[in-house]
Amino acid sequence: MVRFAVVVFPGTNCDFETERAIRKAGAEAERVWYKTSLKDFDGVVLPGGFSYADYLRAGAIAARQEIMEEVKEFAEEGRPVLGICNGFQILTEAGLLPGALRPNRVPRFLCRWVHLRVNDTETPFTSLYEPGEVIRMPIAHAEGNYYTDDPSKVRIVFQYSDENGNVSEEANPNGSVLNIAAIANERGNVLGTMPHPERASDRFLGSGDGLRLFRSMVEWARR
Amino acid sequence: MFPHEEKLIRERLKREPNELEWAMLEVMWSEHASYKSSRPWLKLLPTDNEHVILGPGEDAGIVKFDDETWIVVGIESHNHPSAVEPYGGAATGVGGIVRDILCMGARPIALLDPIRFGPLEKERNRYLFEGVVKGIADYGNRIGVPTVGGETEFDESLDNYTLVNVACVGVMRPEHLVHSYVTEPGLKLILVGNRTGRDGIHGVTFASEELSENAEEEDRSAVQIPDPFTEKLLIEATLEAVYTGKVKALKDLGGGGLTCAASEMAGKKGFGAVIYADRVPLREPGMTPTEVMISESQERMLFAVRPEDIEEIGRIFDKYELEWTVVGETIEEPRFVVYWWGEKVADLPIELLTDVPTIEWELKPYSAERPVETPDVSFGEAFDLVWGSPNILSKRWVWEQYDHEVQGRTVLKPGRDAAVLKINDEYGLAFVADGNPNHSYLNPYHGAMGAVAEVVRNLVSVGAEPLALVDNLNFASPERPEVYWSFAETVRGLADAARAFGLAYVSGNVSFYNEVVDRPIKPTPVVAGLGKVKLEDIPSGAFEEGLLIGVVGLTKPELGGSELFARLGVEGGLAPRVDLEEEKANANGILEAIRRGLVKAVHDVGRGGLAVALAEMAVAGNVGFTADLSKVPSETTNPVEVAFSESHSRYIVAFPEENLEELKGLFKHFAIIGRTEGSDAVFLWNGRELLRKPISELRAVHESLPRLLGEEE
Repeated sequence: MVRFAVVVFPGTNCDFETERAIRKAGAEAERVWYKTSLKDFDGVVLPGGFSYADYLRAGAIAARQEIMEEVKEFAEEGRPVLGICNGFQILTEAGLLPGALRPNRVPRFLCRWVHLRVNDTETPFTSLYEPGEVIRMPIAHAEGNYYTDDPSKVRIVFQYSDENGNVSEEANPNGSVLNIAAIANERGNVLGTMPHPERASDRFLGSGDGLRLFRSMVEWARR
Repeated sequence: MFPHEEKLIRERLKREPNELEWAMLEVMWSEHASYKSSRPWLKLLPTDNEHVILGPGEDAGIVKFDDETWIVVGIESHNHPSAVEPYGGAATGVGGIVRDILCMGARPIALLDPIRFGPLEKERNRYLFEGVVKGIADYGNRIGVPTVGGETEFDESLDNYTLVNVACVGVMRPEHLVHSYVTEPGLKLILVGNRTGRDGIHGVTFASEELSENAEEEDRSAVQIPDPFTEKLLIEATLEAVYTGKVKALKDLGGGGLTCAASEMAGKKGFGAVIYADRVPLREPGMTPTEVMISESQERMLFAVRPEDIEEIGRIFDKYELEWTVVGETIEEPRFVVYWWGEKVADLPIELLTDVPTIEWELKPYSAERPVETPDVSFGEAFDLVWGSPNILSKRWVWEQYDHEVQGRTVLKPGRDAAVLKINDEYGLAFVADGNPNHSYLNPYHGAMGAVAEVVRNLVSVGAEPLALVDNLNFASPERPEVYWSFAETVRGLADAARAFGLAYVSGNVSFYNEVVDRPIKPTPVVAGLGKVKLEDIPSGAFEEGLLIGVVGLTKPELGGSELFARLGVEGGLAPRVDLEEEKANANGILEAIRRGLVKAVHDVGRGGLAVALAEMAVAGNVGFTADLSKVPSETTNPVEVAFSESHSRYIVAFPEENLEELKGLFKHFAIIGRTEGSDAVFLWNGRELLRKPISELRAVHESLPRLLGEEE
């Protein structure tokens, strides 16, 4: 069975539910303290939270820890690397994904369910979605306002939309460029998402849309 | 401390305590640490039944959820610190209650924050409000415990003050229970977590006094500094340590600091403790042993472990990069001894610290109740006033700042009658807090009963069987005979209501001396409740197209203490009476209706009355309704009274027509008042239109709290 590492930094707080969601998607998952090696794993997930309390900038300190060298190797080898929320911030800080996550347009923490339009189903994380499909997941962040100089060069995976899939300014919760909610690297094997798929992995929690992201990832890792 | 208490201490000790000993006695004998005015009355509360694993007496209570799962619950107030320093005060309140849950061996899984302020028109009150919300958000979000509900109220009487309560639940397996006391001598006492600083010196003493006009300048040093990052590490390290089975006792350092934690841990079963105060890691230089022993610096825990287990437990703290030190040990002799660089600086019989005599103050009944006429106000005017009241507006602005989804178990989110947290694949835990100071002010007995009744209604409305209660009693100075009387009446009301429902209080908190410059607050009991719900059974709280609307319960002309009277500036009236029989029968009927799948949506009728409850369900579902209020089972024929009375025991249900007959049979007072349809809210009286409003307009008003705070969005 494929095994995923869920990396836990001091201050990470979405590790348990992420581990649960990956297991539900059919793979083994293990929470791994950031000083442990990743060598026995097939993929790596950087979960949400406040690594190092978001001191300096969100994700900045975690991105400079030794374990990130191994994460980079994963990425280079084409194995799946998923960053959720703080994990996304860490991936941009570490240079594994382009751009940056700035404070929300209204500079406050914002926890809210959003609609997302699936823009790219060719990544290992989104193969089980339909192109253009509208899905629901919650966001919970203070620094999720994605910025890049040249959005045309970015592989946009999810965009904040309304329930009909319209990518409008009103549907943009945090001010992200082009309503960007999730992006992938060029190769597609590194994904950063601000919305939390693990919080949408159970029918009682409001949506199962997030579980499909993990299922896609697990299915792909298995091949 | 009062002069007669100082005299008593000298008599018991047969000598004059030194400076350090006085300081330790002072914190332990403070009202806030020892509950000396409240203990005699709290004995009236029921604290035991088949659900209760552990009642009041330790850091938090424990309730049985099922054979593998226990729920730990506690409630705290941080009123004084939050009024002086809203951000830090509210944040450290969250930290404190979370450690109370943690130190029973449980993982904290949800928070509720009932918070109260003066009117938002005043800048100072907005500052307090925004600071408190940010403090709660920053702390709760960073430690990864979802804040899933609470209450937010604004009232003239709290001008320049704030009441900040916080309740927390945790989940544990029975085998992980750790007590807060030792049962053997020779255990090493490990202090772990934050360094000790000068923050929070005399915090409990400060909390046992009224605030003066210059409190903000004078008392800031009594407020602790929050550090959620360390708290998060402490949560994980503590649980990992607990799971080894080698932790013999565990206590967090809250009010009274190291003095309180160590003396209670050692003294509860008659043992003693030695503390080497110079070993305590310090945040700032030059601290005296007195400061070290009474500092209330946050994010610290005290562990008792056998000497041979120190290394293993220490390795866990090292992993989480937490500083830890062996600061003392438990001893056979029941004394509390403190050393400072080899010199014995304090030596007291331990019961002198922990066994504090109670005080019973003078009681003097008062009555704020007097009959008043319902003012001649049009239905439309009354509706606009109440629907637009800051107390009724959606608190989305508040709860969207809280990470209410973290841990991935929040089934019912903020905004519903109660939050529900998924505990296993089949069952969830419902969690809610309520209080109504306007009712309590008029009649403390019925106000308190009403708080319990409302908690039960909220639990039942989401399909949950009530399991247990905790109470947080916020009052002014007990030295005021009227206040002390209202406190006693409140406890009586809490006790009677709980007994009627067969419920017990498993934990609680009392906060006295809530007044600024001689202005006492209204009696403010806040009750939080736990319930167990089958996840499949949870009904909606929102209207959907094509359902009948039914009202359960009897409406009486009970506008005393109502939101309408508050908006109209009407003083007096009679507080709504709780009919415990009817309340119980209706709660059982609603649970039955939900279990049998007869109802689609349920909402309890509370603040603002029927009109507000109907409008809330319409906005939640984005579906309109037509409701003829003349059909409501009622003791009055005044539409304004029917619509805005805050009578207890009432619910609104929405259901398909075919279930009508079966549903009717469940209730003594029940009537169909209309149906869900269209995109307008239409209130009728005998077929005549009282008011028609588009749901979109209702929503715009309902979501206008940010505008009151001067924000665009």
